[in-house]
Parts: sequence; C-alpha cells; structure tokens
Amino acid sequence: MTATATAKPTREITFREAICEAMAEEMRRDEAVILIGEDVGKSGGIFKCSEGLWAEFGSNRVIDAPIAEEGYVGLSVGAAMTGMRPIAELMFGDFALLTMDQLVNQAAKIRYMTGGQCKVSLTVRLSMGAGRSSAAQHSQSLHALFAHIPGLKVAIPSCPRDAKGLLKSAIRDDNPVLFFEDKLMYNDLGEVPEQEYLIPLGQADIKRPGSDVTLVATSSMVGLSLEAAEVLAAEGIEAEVVDVRCLYPLDADTIVASAKKTGYAIVIDEGAARYGITGELASVIQERAFDWLDGPVLRIAAADVPIPFSPVLELPTIPDVARVVDAVRSLRG
Amino acid sequence: MAGNPVIALRRWLSVSPHPRIFSRPMAKSSPRPKKSKPARSAPATRSKSAPRGDGARTRRTRLPDADTVWSMYRKMVEIRSFEEHVWDVYTRGLMPGLAHLYIGEEAVAVGACTALRTDDYITSTHRGHGHCLAKGARLEGMMAEIMGKEAGYCRGKGGSMHIADMSVGNLGANGIVGGSFGIATGAALSAKLRKTDQVAVCFFGDGAANQGILMEAANMAVIWNLPVIYLCENNQYGEHTPFEAVTGVKEIVDRAKGFGMDGERVDGADVLAVLEVIRRAVDKARKGGGPTFVEAVTYRFKGHHVGDAAGYRTKEELAWWMDNKDPIQLLARDMLKAGVATDEQLLAVQEQVEVEVIAAVEFAREAPYPAPEQAFEDVYS
Ligand SMILES: Cc1ncc(C[n+]2csc(CCOP(=O)(O)OP(=O)(O)O)c2C)c(N)n1
Ligand SMILES: [Mg+2]
Repeated sequence: MTATATAKPTREITFREAICEAMAEEMRRDEAVILIGEDVGKSGGIFKCSEGLWAEFGSNRVIDAPIAEEGYVGLSVGAAMTGMRPIAELMFGDFALLTMDQLVNQAAKIRYMTGGQCKVSLTVRLSMGAGRSSAAQHSQSLHALFAHIPGLKVAIPSCPRDAKGLLKSAIRDDNPVLFFEDKLMYNDLGEVPEQEYLIPLGQADIKRPGSDVTLVATSSMVGLSLEAAEVLAAEGIEAEVVDVRCLYPLDADTIVASAKKTGYAIVIDEGAARYGITGELASVIQERAFDWLDGPVLRIAAADVPIPFSPVLELPTIPDVARVVDAVRSLRG
Repeated sequence: MAGNPVIALRRWLSVSPHPRIFSRPMAKSSPRPKKSKPARSAPATRSKSAPRGDGARTRRTRLPDADTVWSMYRKMVEIRSFEEHVWDVYTRGLMPGLAHLYIGEEAVAVGACTALRTDDYITSTHRGHGHCLAKGARLEGMMAEIMGKEAGYCRGKGGSMHIADMSVGNLGANGIVGGSFGIATGAALSAKLRKTDQVAVCFFGDGAANQGILMEAANMAVIWNLPVIYLCENNQYGEHTPFEAVTGVKEIVDRAKGFGMDGERVDGADVLAVLEVIRRAVDKARKGGGPTFVEAVTYRFKGHHVGDAAGYRTKEELAWWMDNKDPIQLLARDMLKAGVATDEQLLAVQEQVEVEVIAAVEFAREAPYPAPEQAFEDVYS
C-alpha cells in the first residue's frame, strides 16, 4: 500500500494545514469534538495549527485553557468518559510529563479497571523533535514513554497526507490516542487528496520500495531516510523506506515482511536510543525475521544526552542523513 | 433476633455482636478528649466549647419528608453493615488485596448522594464503598467485585479501590489520591457543553486536598462556571498523619476563597446538614451558578485500611467521636425524637439490611471467578 497509489485529485498543503483541516472536518461532522489547549483559540495556537477554528466553532468548542496541563488533560479525560471527544493540545511534548497521572494512571486504565464500562475517546496532540535550538525542555521526543503503556495508542505521522488521515481516525477512535507532530515538519508541503479520506491507525506505509536494505523510520526520520535512500541509489543500493506511522497498534507484519525481503534492517527514530523505539522495533524484526537477515538490525536514534542548546552541540545529538548512509554502507560493506 | 425487638436493638447497640453494625453505645454527653494536636479556630457558626470537628453544625428543628429520612437511614445502615462484612470477609481471607472502610463517615456520602439525581455524576476515592452504595450500586455487584469475581461491577478487574457504576453516574473510585479532580471537573464541563443540567460531585479526602491538580481543576471550574461540587471528607487523617501536620490552613474550606469559589463547612456526621448544604450547592450548579467547595468534618472509626491498628491516634479521641459523632445514631435519635420512627421500625430496617448484606456475601462467595483469558479483554474498546 503506497502513499501515492491514488488517481484521485490532490493538492499541496502544509503539515500544519493538514492538522487544521482534520480537526475542522471532524468538528463539523461531530458536535462532541472539542479542542482544548493553551492559546488554541483566537490566536490559533503557537504553531498555528488551529487557525480559523475559533472563528468557525466558537469558544465553547475551541477552548483556551489555563497553563495547567495536568488539569486540562484531566478534564479532557472526564469529558471523554461522559460523551465528548476532546482533542487536548500540549504545545510542547515535553509538557506531557506534567500530565502523566491523567494519561497513564487514568485515561489508559479506566476502561480496563471498570470492566469495560466506559470509553475514553480522547486525542492528545503534542509536538516533538529537536533542531530548533530550544534546549532540553522543549526538544524531547517522548513517544516511547506512551507507546510503553497498555491502554494508549500512539500515532506518529511523517507527512501532511498521513497527518490528516491519521488524525481524523484518532479523533474518531474510542480510545486515548497520542498524536505526535514534529515541530520542524509543520511547514512541510505534501500532496493531500481533495476528497475526504481516513487512514486507519495501525498500518505502516512503504514510502519507497527497494530491494537491498530496509529503513524503518518514524516522523521526520522518514524524510531523512528518503534522502539517504537517494544518496544510496546513486551508489546502486536500493533502500526500502517503511514509515511506521503508528507505534501502537503496530503493523509489525509490514515491517517484518520488508526486512525478510531485503535481508537488512535499520531502525531510525528521534527518541533517545536507550530503552527506546529503535530497540523495540529491532527486537520485533529479529524475533520474526532472524532466519532471513544477513546482518544485525542496527539502531539510529538521538544520543543519550539531554538535548543541548547551541546548534553546534545540538545537531550531532540527533540522527542525520550521513549516519543513515554510513550505517547502510557498514552493513553491506 | 428473637424476643422483644427493642431489647434486642438495645443489646445490639451496646454489645456490638457480629455483625457489628453499631460499634458502641452513644453517651449522652462525654467530655472532649484532651488532644495533643493543635486546637483550631472556631468558625462563626460553632460555639467556643464545641469539640474539634463539630463543624458548621446546623441542626434542623424539622426533618425532611419521612421517605427521604428513612431512605437515608436505610442507606447509612446498609453502608455500615456492608463495611462490617467487608471487614469480616477480609479477616477471613475471602478477598484479595486491601480494603479501606468508610465506617463513621456514612453521612457524607448519603447526604450528598440524596441531593443528586441518578444521571448526576460522582467520582469516588480509595475509600469508596460508601459513595458507590449511596449513588445506587447493588450490594451483590459490590461484594462480588471486592472478592474479584466475574459478577463484580468491574468483572474482577478493579477490586475494592476501583468500583464504578456508569449506569448511575458513578465514574469510579480511584487508587490515586486526588486522581479524580480532573475527571469530575471534566464531567461537569461535558454536562455544560452538552447542555444538560447534570451536576458532578467530586469526593476527596483531607490528604487529597494537598494535591496540586485540585488547584488546576478548581480554577477551571471557576473560570468556566462548571456544575461541580468539590466535597472534601476531612476525616482528620491521611493514612497515619493528622491533617493539621501537613496542611497550611486550619480549615480546608479556607482554600475555596483562593480558588474564587463559594465554600461551606459542614458537620459530616450530620446527614441532614450534609443534605442541606449539598442540595443548596446542587441547586446553584444546576441553575448555572457554578462550583462550590464543601468541607465535611468527619472521622473514620476504623484504621486506614483493614489491618491498620491506628496507633497514631488515642483511644480517647476515637471514643469521643464514636460516642458523639456516630452518624447513624445521630439520625436515629432525631427520627425518634420527631416521631418519624420507633425503635421497632429502626430495628426492622437493620434486620432487613443485614439479611440483604449477608445474601450479597453469600452470592459473591459462590459467584465464579472470571476466566483467565478475560485479563486480555477491555484494554481497548
Ligand atoms: C498519589 C498517591 N499518593 C499516595 C497514595 C497512598 N495513599 C493511599 S490513601 C492515602 C491517604 C489519603 O488520605 P485522604 O485523602 O485524607 O483520604 P482518607 O484515606 O483519609 O479517606 C495515601 C497516602 C496514593 N494512593 N496515591
Ligand atoms: Mg483523610
């Protein structure tokens, strides 16, 4: 299943516009959908993802919250349990750490603990990623923390088309879904269908077919892997780029099938390396594709340090194209 | 209970056989125990000589209608009896896990829930059996859950600390102290956005009152004028620690002003007073008047959980509360005085309730455990 296998008309919009369109369409479709977050109302959000929503839907449905992340995420959980479909926006993913009790102890478990008596139809949108000289408290990629928690779903799109289709599915989902948006991608342009569409949670996507090595990537690391694949193609190496798209539910089948086909796999993710997404996915691949592999499954992730401020310090801590290309060469050399 | 029912009632009250519905006889007037804890300033509504915790006690001369009074009496007896049996079930090794008992605090849950409609919401705490029963939970489902059985409210997945009954607006007890401020306030937000006139009551303890999310949730309730009532059950202790030792205000209700919210303090042993205060708050909330903060002053007659010997408080202190502030006895006295009830009638209710609770225990004991595969169900919907 490829991202471009549609003959339907498309147009080019940014990742930010895709997010905004998804929310607007779902809010038009279902009165229960509300957006709550800091500065999301009239001002349209610091990343401008909710521009125009306040004007269209009013302050009852596009709600400027106080700077009280645990509180308004907690309110969103209670609203979700009682018939609403809140989208809570945490402007920086780092702030999700203030909401851990609400998300991990409450949202993730209430349905289970009560024997299935309720649904927690909650979407939490949060930004991620380094590369803006924002230092250690505004740059983290914390998706692994949430992917670790039974009861939560985690989506992590890489392009405008996927962002829109996945976000609409997340909003309609009856479970708490964390939706990670890389800050550096908000201005990225991409083809998006004119017509309404959904992308189900839990389907990986092959963004570039190839026969020689599998690059398994998330979020902005997908774009980086596609760039690396171009470099490698010039050397006669055809890399297949698999976009994970969802950490839970995880489409392990697509990832494993690709690794079996190429015999080599590298996992690339912007979270910290240790105990992270790359280790988990490498494990899934080796458990299920061991006999097909011609080399170890490699991991490329953020360095095991807090993200530093100065660009000279920051950039070496996050994956880049050269590291991916070098890793492929080392495997095949 | 053969023979003269009045004599039987008196014996029951005084010697407290199993089931121990009434823990000790109520003295006419016993002196306030000498306490090591700091004295607190008395609110205007409280006389100087009033004992610690005898909050804003406002005894009515007239009771509400007889049906309401009887149903509150019955519900308090039901909770007391249920909790005594949980004690029994626990000490006989018939239930896994822990149990936090509500004995002594029945008037708070019953007074508050009597002011609510079935479609109103509550959120409860780790000490939640009383809240659940008061909001309409069935004895069998409660006891079965506590024993980890399939027929339990949560099909054995929640246990004592997580009983919920969404069909009557009970959004669940919570194992996290202060864990439901957000949920209750969110339910109130939802009610407002859906344009229903539902109200949410958030039960929490004096210990939970020190959790930061209270301030966040209360602030949002005020700025958005939400129909929520924060009902603090100040039972004087959080686990083993007296609340004065860890709380910067003498009366927790003083915090309401800082939130920008109306606050009331009420004698939590007086079910009529609780009913009146919560009714006022509910009426206000339904009419769009916004949130209220209520501190109900109460006391738990048992340890923090079954098995806690409560060595951190004096025998005299406990005796004073049991003698003077047993909510069931206080209401019974009012009912007798007002001629709403006779000893025989009160006893008959206790006997009926006792039979029902014993039946619930038997039901739960015989109920099957869930199939092990059910551990994998209901993680997601
Ligand atoms: C966040 C959190 N911290 C600590 C505990 C352990 N704990 C359980 S009950 C309790 C005391 C709570 O006191 P209070 O809120 O006054 O309720 P009470 O037990 O008196 O009814 C504590 C500390 C917990 N369950 N959750
Ligand atoms: Mg307490």
